[in-house]
Amino acid sequence: MSKMKTSIGSKVFDTLNILFMLLVCFCALYPIWYVLIHSLNNGFDSAQGGLYWWPRKFTWDNYKEVFRNNEIITAFFITIARTLVGTATHVFFTAMVAYSFMKKELIGRKVYMNMGLVTMFFSGGLIPTFIVIKTLGMFDNFIVYIIPVMFSFFDLIIFQAFFRTIPEALEESAKMDGANYFTVFTRVVLPLSKAVIATILLFNGVFNWNDYFMGIIYTNKQALHPIQTYLYKIIMTSDSAKTSLMAGSVSQTNFTSTSLQMATMIITTIPIVCIYPFLQKHFVKGMLIGSVKE
Amino acid sequence: MFILSNMPVAQKRNLGTKRSGVLGLISRIWAQRDLQAMAIPGVIWMIIFNFIPMYFIIIAFMRYNVAKGVLGSKWVGFKNFTEFFADDRFWLVMKDTFGLNLLRLIIGFPIPILFAILLNELLSTRFKRFVQTVSYLPHFLSWIIVGGIMYNWLSDSGLITTLLVHVGLLKEPIHLIGTPQYFWGILITSETWKEIGWNAIIYIAAISGIDPSLFEAAVIDGAGRLRRVWNVILPSIKGTVAVLLVLNIGNLLGSNFEQLFVFYKPVLYDVIDVIDIYAYRLGIENGRLSYATAVGLFRSVFAFILLYTANKASKKLTDTSLV
Repeated sequence: MSKMKTSIGSKVFDTLNILFMLLVCFCALYPIWYVLIHSLNNGFDSAQGGLYWWPRKFTWDNYKEVFRNNEIITAFFITIARTLVGTATHVFFTAMVAYSFMKKELIGRKVYMNMGLVTMFFSGGLIPTFIVIKTLGMFDNFIVYIIPVMFSFFDLIIFQAFFRTIPEALEESAKMDGANYFTVFTRVVLPLSKAVIATILLFNGVFNWNDYFMGIIYTNKQALHPIQTYLYKIIMTSDSAKTSLMAGSVSQTNFTSTSLQMATMIITTIPIVCIYPFLQKHFVKGMLIGSVKE
Repeated sequence: MFILSNMPVAQKRNLGTKRSGVLGLISRIWAQRDLQAMAIPGVIWMIIFNFIPMYFIIIAFMRYNVAKGVLGSKWVGFKNFTEFFADDRFWLVMKDTFGLNLLRLIIGFPIPILFAILLNELLSTRFKRFVQTVSYLPHFLSWIIVGGIMYNWLSDSGLITTLLVHVGLLKEPIHLIGTPQYFWGILITSETWKEIGWNAIIYIAAISGIDPSLFEAAVIDGAGRLRRVWNVILPSIKGTVAVLLVLNIGNLLGSNFEQLFVFYKPVLYDVIDVIDIYAYRLGIENGRLSYATAVGLFRSVFAFILLYTANKASKKLTDTSLV
């Protein structure tokens, strides 16, 4: 960077700027810290308030209770299953279509690409999509988390932008050896595309992990609700009936509905918080390809 | 399913290239069936999940009967639309939609730009990187988690309510999250908090892409830091800002549905009823599918006009545009 003249004004600004940035960091981190210490504290003790910085009556009981709750276990299972299957399907399927749509010799290529572009500007909207999914019999069916979200034209564009950087000579030599397009795609293109795969994996994985609305709108069965939908229902009911729930709990235990909620929130959040810093380089690049195409 | 042939590609491609007409086309497609087998599933997916829903938009012009289907339902022309315009909640829905989105545009849009510029002024690269990483964190939390924290903090005994009473901004503890008059403020603040770092990514990249010689020239000319921001940084990121502004204006009728839905309760209906939420209530909760689709279509058409106009304006003013 260029050398800066250090006047007094400039130094004051630097100090204030650093303080401001520390404040930003604090605001980003503290809410999760707050949830964490409440999840590690005796629920009845937390209910008395004043718990801001450190657990007062430390306990693992909230977590133990969460893992004893069959509804929560099922919900976690649904979340994990849809994230693993859904994300893998989305990435593979979208990448495959992206690769084929890129080949100049593909008959119908222009039509296919234009169809995709139309979907970026127009959509049927909530109700028509709902009707289609219901008609297909996907309502109250686990595959509703997989098939309706296994493709995205937006992600296709990101994939294509990356695939274009792969030297064509590599593909050609594989074809010389008699490989078909699918083999070239899985054996040559995919192994060279780790960066873009990481990006889309993260974006789509976060979507699948965090989504709660599909569970609300496309399922009635409790057993199909992912953890976010489960939490949604708990939060919505406990907000109106908070005090009664707390007073009504059996006082033999160390937890309240709030402290259990806190523990569930932490378990739900931890995986993403641990993963994203390591993929930072990739998703920043992906964001740029996706948003500003000049 | 599709059978992938083991025949060498080069050999296959020669099979039908010379013939013309429909038969020729079919044989040429057959010759590249391994490629088509990868493309066509994508096309089928788009037809089912993008284009058939678009076809179902026609129920906006019908009194759609689920049992009779599209073919058996009665056409009603624009009746659903005129009904919406005459709806006693129409103006309230417009007010909520535009009001919330204008606030988002005025407050939520410039703050990430400011954040990116301030971040760029940090002298230590390591600290800069640390702040950046931490600032992304809220983006990765689901609205359910954030909503859960907000319900907790903004209840009558919550952290923020207590703090506000302590500082004297609130006379007595109230249930802030269930009070309509504070709701927009809470929404904008929480969304800005969640996305400040994430939305700054593009600007940070744009700033770091500025040619260093421009800065050096500015320093030689005796420009202070503020001057450099004004004369070098802002003009350099003008194009990026314009494109994102266009996208934001195109979304003036949109909503952050995932966020709003967490707070969707009867107490707040009057301040939360943006078009999408209203369409959800009518369509999914009350089963008025045609009416809700008409409301949704009104939104799509209006949004497209907005995007188109904003894009044109941007082309004229800054020479940058989408597509």
